[in-house]
Amino acid sequence: MKQASDIAQLDWDAERIQCRGRWTVDALGAVAHKIESWTGPTGATVTLDAGAVTALDTAGAWVLRRLQLRAAGQSEVSKIEGLSAPFADLFARVSEMGEAQLPHVSQLSGLAQVGRQTWTGLENLYCFMSFFGAVMARGGALLLQPWRIRWRALWVDVYESGVMALGIVGMLSFLMGVVFAYQGAVQLKAFGANIYIADLIGLSMTRELGPILAAIIVAGRTGSAYTAQIGTMQITEEIAALRTIGIDPMDLLVIPRVLSLCIALPLLTVFADVAGIVGGMLLAKLQMGLGFAPFIDRLQEAVSARSFLLGICKTPVFALIIAMIGCYQGFRVSGSAASVGQHTTLSVVQSIFLVIVADAQFSVLFSWLGI
Amino acid sequence: MTDAATPAIEMRGICTRFGKTVIHENLDLDVRRGEVLALVGGSGSGKTTLLQEMIMLREPNAGSIRLFGEETVNASTPVQERLRQRFGVLFQQGALFSALTVLQNVGVPLREHTRLENSLIDQIALLKIQQAGLPAESALKYPSELSGGMIKRAALARAMALDPQLLFLDEPTAGLDPASASAFDELVLRLKQWLGLTVVMVTHDLDSLWLVADRVAVLAERRVIAVAPMAELAKLDHPAVRVYFEGPRARAAQPKSALT
Repeated sequence: MKQASDIAQLDWDAERIQCRGRWTVDALGAVAHKIESWTGPTGATVTLDAGAVTALDTAGAWVLRRLQLRAAGQSEVSKIEGLSAPFADLFARVSEMGEAQLPHVSQLSGLAQVGRQTWTGLENLYCFMSFFGAVMARGGALLLQPWRIRWRALWVDVYESGVMALGIVGMLSFLMGVVFAYQGAVQLKAFGANIYIADLIGLSMTRELGPILAAIIVAGRTGSAYTAQIGTMQITEEIAALRTIGIDPMDLLVIPRVLSLCIALPLLTVFADVAGIVGGMLLAKLQMGLGFAPFIDRLQEAVSARSFLLGICKTPVFALIIAMIGCYQGFRVSGSAASVGQHTTLSVVQSIFLVIVADAQFSVLFSWLGI
Repeated sequence: MTDAATPAIEMRGICTRFGKTVIHENLDLDVRRGEVLALVGGSGSGKTTLLQEMIMLREPNAGSIRLFGEETVNASTPVQERLRQRFGVLFQQGALFSALTVLQNVGVPLREHTRLENSLIDQIALLKIQQAGLPAESALKYPSELSGGMIKRAALARAMALDPQLLFLDEPTAGLDPASASAFDELVLRLKQWLGLTVVMVTHDLDSLWLVADRVAVLAERRVIAVAPMAELAKLDHPAVRVYFEGPRARAAQPKSALT
């Protein structure tokens, strides 16, 4: 394909370096490599002959200049001969610009890096705590003056984060109920304790699975959306615009979202509980031949109102975690579009992590209280 | 190699429609080698669309576009890829990759299309950054740390990375302060002289039109109604042309010799 004259070439004898071919950025590879490991002519005076160069661009001129400098380092050089007028012009300009050095970037030592990271971590924690405090103070004040809450934003958000999530939450909880019942069925059959499938599904769904499942789906679906929305507004200076118009972004963007999630998540959890139990009940019928009526009878005995409420009472806390982290990470976005992506990821990871940590603490608390 | 006399860009019978709205109808335009051609026209006249068609981001509904004598409409992918390496584009907002430093941004086309070693690529990228008038210290900065004028210069360095013969500038001076804007105009002129570039630019900047453009193409009524140097356009009597000569801004931008 490529002819010899299409690429840059370089030959030399004792006192003459000969450059030929196209010295352009797409044809330089071999020559640039040669110059790096240069052991060129050693004669007392050397001439650099570029008469046969058929094309030259800035990259080519730069490599030619480098060749000249390297040759000059070894012997008395060395005029460049034979460059045609426009090439000579370009070469002179590139030579004028000289060889720039990249600025030196100081690397932190291992210990300093640990220090820096610890400090950043603490700083983040401090910022989040301040944000948490500000939301609590402002939220508390607004709850005492409910007419100042932006109800329209709030109900729109309940619709977006609650009603619109019904499909996926119901579907996944139903499947979770089926999967759990299937696993339980194998064990319970061995003991001839089929009827206890209702205890297994009812208790695990209402106390743990329902709340956790709904919270994780909402964290992935709504928490991330909060971060992306607020983050984008931050980049397009909409937040700054709100401030100058005299609207507190906290009132418009944070409080309605936090409150709406505190309403939507408990309701979604009830729905998740029901869907999961229906899934389990269906499998009990198909797999174990346990009718719906005995299942529901047993369910009423096994799952007390207290177990159900213990599950539900955790969810406002989960909602608070998800909404706070979603909004907080949104406000942390700065600079570029890439930052929105980073903070959205952080928001989902942190909220799921903290939801599970909070759930574990609830378990400890409940067993300590003996309920 | 193509004949040096063929125009850099030849557009013939271009028709573009968005749904039922006709943007271009039977539009012809030539860009000569080595000239700076400015595209002007009111908003909605299809300047940006025309530019997108030239740089192969969009195909016209009908017509032919030749870059360096080669047809681009319905061209095969390898032909398009080869042609794309022969021009550089400066987008209006710079379009620098925000996850990369300036040096890496300029290195992207070099890494993609050449087989040079990393150290050499960095050196060439640094050369381009200097050529675009940025200090070497800015090479390691991220786009979010740069001012508007510096972003344009860094984007120009990236557009120039492969030493293209043809450069497209979309509103290069929009959003710059007057000092940065005229510095940018001078930079474009200097690069054109050094490297023999052909430049196509969309601009509203009256100073750029007088200072930089060799010829100005005026888009109106779905076609190019005139292509001429500014001084000759002054004689034309068409409302789309007059706006560039009448009104206080236009008068202030005109060089003294043109005011007769």
